[in-house]
Formats: sequence, C-alpha cells, structure tokens
Amino acid sequence: MKIDDLLNSRSEWLKGEGPGSNIAISTRVRLARNIKGHLYFNRADGNERKETLDAVCSAIEKSNFFKNALFLKIKDTTELDRDFLIERHLMSKEHAHQVESKGLIIEDKEILSAMINEEDHIRFQVMQSGFNLMEAWRIIDEVDDEVGKLIPFDYSDIFGYLTSCPTNTGTGLRASVMLHLSALVMTDQIDTVFDAISKLGLTMRGFYGEGTEALGDFFQISNQVALGHSEMDILDNLERIIKKIITREKETRKNLMQKSKKEISDRIFRSYGTLKSARIITSSETIKLLSAIRLGADLGLIDKIDTDRINEVLLLSQPAHLQKSNGKSIPPYERDIKRADLIRKILGVDENNK
Amino acid sequence: MKCDMCSSEEASVHLTEVVNDKVTKLHLCEKCAKEKSNEMQSHFGLTDLLSGLMDLGSPIEGGALEESLTVKCPACSMTFYDFRKTGRFGCGKCYDTFGKQLSELLRKIHGSDRHVGKRPFQKETRPKEKPDLQRLRDELNELVKNEEFEKAVIVRDRIKDLDRRDSEN
Repeated sequence: MKIDDLLNSRSEWLKGEGPGSNIAISTRVRLARNIKGHLYFNRADGNERKETLDAVCSAIEKSNFFKNALFLKIKDTTELDRDFLIERHLMSKEHAHQVESKGLIIEDKEILSAMINEEDHIRFQVMQSGFNLMEAWRIIDEVDDEVGKLIPFDYSDIFGYLTSCPTNTGTGLRASVMLHLSALVMTDQIDTVFDAISKLGLTMRGFYGEGTEALGDFFQISNQVALGHSEMDILDNLERIIKKIITREKETRKNLMQKSKKEISDRIFRSYGTLKSARIITSSETIKLLSAIRLGADLGLIDKIDTDRINEVLLLSQPAHLQKSNGKSIPPYERDIKRADLIRKILGVDENNK
Repeated sequence: MKCDMCSSEEASVHLTEVVNDKVTKLHLCEKCAKEKSNEMQSHFGLTDLLSGLMDLGSPIEGGALEESLTVKCPACSMTFYDFRKTGRFGCGKCYDTFGKQLSELLRKIHGSDRHVGKRPFQKETRPKEKPDLQRLRDELNELVKNEEFEKAVIVRDRIKDLDRRDSEN
C-alpha cells in the first residue's frame, strides 16, 4: 500500500453509518504511550529519536493488528502528502513539523493508525463512523495490550501511563466525537452547551481539533480528564453527555421544522442551489454549504442525497485532497474552480449548461 | 522605580526571567508589561494554561526559584523551570524527580493525582510503591466526621479499588 492508494479507498469512518450518524459524524479514540528508558521527542537527540522510531516500528511490525499496514517515514513524504494525511485525520499538524525520525503507521481501512515520535513515542488512534465510543475503545484496548507485550511502556503504579504532557498522564486516553449541531447553533444554544461541557470535564473544539474554527457547525467534543478515573468511567461520562447533546439537537431540529419550516427550507435549498451551480468555490464555503445540505437530508427535505455522499464531498473537496486527486499541486484560485467542478460531478448535476 | 523598557512611567509589574540559568529581574510599567505579555501570548497556548494552573503569574522567588533551577532530572537533565516554560516533561524519570510539585499540578488538571485505570500486562516497568491504605482510611473517617460526603465518596472508591487490586495480586 502507498499513500496514493488511500485516495481511492474511502476512509471507513466516513461511510456515514453507525449509531446516530445523522448527527455524529465520527468517533475517535487515542492512547498516548511512551517506551521505557527512552527520552521524549522534545528532549532526545537525533540518534535517540531514530532508535525510538526503529524500536517502535519493529515492535508494531510484529503485531497482528498491523498486518496490512502502511509504514511511513514522515521525512520521505511531500508537504502535500502531509496535508493530505492531516485532512484525513491520520496525523496531527504538529506531526508535520520537524519531520526527522517521525513515523506514521496506517492500518487497512484507516480505522487504526499510530503516530510515532509525536509528542509521545506512540499515539494509537482508532476511528469509527458515527457515535461508537465503546467499539473504538474495544479495538484500541486490544491493540494496546498486544503492542505493550512487544515493547515495554513506561508506567507508574501511582501516576499510570507517563506522558510528555501532564494533561495526558494516567490513562493517556483522549476520546472524541465529531458532532453536527446545526440546530443548536441556529437557535443560539451552542454557548450554553459549551459552558455546560467545560464544567463537566469535557472540551469542545472545531473541525480540525485544537485551536481550529467550528466550520459548518461541526464540533469535536472530548474528555479533558485522563487521570483519577478508569477508562470506562471516562468513556461512560463522555457517552452520557454526548447522548444528551444529540437528543437536544434532535428535539431542536424537530421544533424548527414545526415552527420555521419555510425559513429552514429556504436556507437549505439556497445552499443546495449554490453548491450545484457554483463555478468557483472555496473550501470553507463548501463546508458551510455542505453542513446545510447534511441538515436538509436528515430533515427529509432533500431526498436524493445520502450522508455518505456528503461526507465524501466534505473530504475530497479539501485542498490537499483536491490536489492529490489531480496528481499535482495547484494554486488556490485554480483549486476553487476544480473544487466547484468536483462538487457538481459528485452531486450528479446535469452538465449541459456549461 | 522607573520602567526598564520606557524609563518614563513608574514600574508596577515585576518579572523574573531566567536566561541561561541566570536570573534577571525586569521592572515594567503597566503599559509595557501589557505589550510584553501580548508578544509572549502568541507563542503560548497550552503552556499558558498550565502555567496558569501553576500560578506562574506570581513569580517564584528565593528558595523555590533556586530549587526549580537546581533540581535536575537525572535522565534528561530537565529542571522544573524548563518544564514550566514548555509544559512538557522530557522523560519518564521526570515524574520521580518532580514528584511533589507534580502531584499538585495533576490534581489541578485532573482533580486527582492517582491512576485508577488500566495497567499494562508487563508490570515490571517500575518499582512497586505500596499505596497507603491506612492513610486513606483515616482520611475517609475524617471526611465523614466533617460531613464532606462528596469527597468521602471519592476516597471510598479509591480504597475499594486498592482492596480489589490487592486481592488480584
């Protein structure tokens, strides 16, 4: 498998299935682990970083969970490749800096992956479509057990798994669910949700994690506390709160349909019209419009479009994906034209009036 | 005292900076201090947040500052001062080195400084530190006596957990 093969295989987590997938796009769970006796990336010199990378990779190669995996050295990738991997949520922005001795391992279907030598020696990640925390945990827990037998993780009976940043100490667990909360945004309830969440030991972030904007009403909600609670308690707490948010979003959608159906329909069909007709369109406008269409599909206003097709456009229309599928880097303005073409193609617009 | 930067206003903010293990003091007026903090803020983020948790606003002085500069991790030679600057530890040994300050920090971040979750299969990783059951039981009695039931529940669960672990071992 090569990086370019990812382009043709659709990420499993985008298939628009799974529990609650009309509101929950995807679920992600990650575990931070470090190897006993090795300094962390920020403190290690070039040699030690390389040793860590080699040790981790040769352990993971022996794991049954990574049988069909793609092993990437970040320094052998192009900048476009790295942006592409970030857009697919396979690696962090931070991982694309200081590329020497960094690795990325991606298992078939992109459900399971591991960043090597990010801030911690290993960051395992499991992605699932829809709202599926327990299944994601089941997988990552097994992977962690197996790899932990192949290479010893740094662990203390008092503090748990030791990590570079004290916010991850203990379980090293960060679980997050990406939610599409259009109705709560429209009715100005999102700030209330935000306040409530932060009091409950959770955080809410934008589309691409830390410090990113909440484009198109997509929000990532994740746990903040990693120590002093078991993994099950952390996941259970997150699950209960997310269920409540999803219920609230559903009720609000229903309410809006009863009270302001015309206004909602107007907004959705205007967005649909723009997407189907645009000849030049930016990535952020695309996300905003797709968000409206996703809502329209769920409310039964647009019946010709499936969630997985919307998810597909959402991913393929992003800058690095657009360039990858054209096989070369393209300047921004030209990208906006290609993007509009691609969207019309995927949405199946009649191309007679070019 | 006049401000070190503009030399015209009266200094009201006193900063202690460490450059190459040397302590320098900076006295600034409110306006210059604001500018300096804006300039610093762009580099910060999580570190800033952590520093906030650790009361970095109030400068460490005298013995504490000395200690945060001289106590070095034997494995990666990080000082606690280095840690406060980056918000990241350098290796697993740092957790032993900065034990005291660390517990306080972890409690502020997570509300706890004890792991109760999963343990690795290979348990030989670190020397076993016997958890102090008796101390926890005393703590529980004290909390119940003071009718601090919410805290008591947490301590009770902790004891249960330790009991369970002991019986598993």
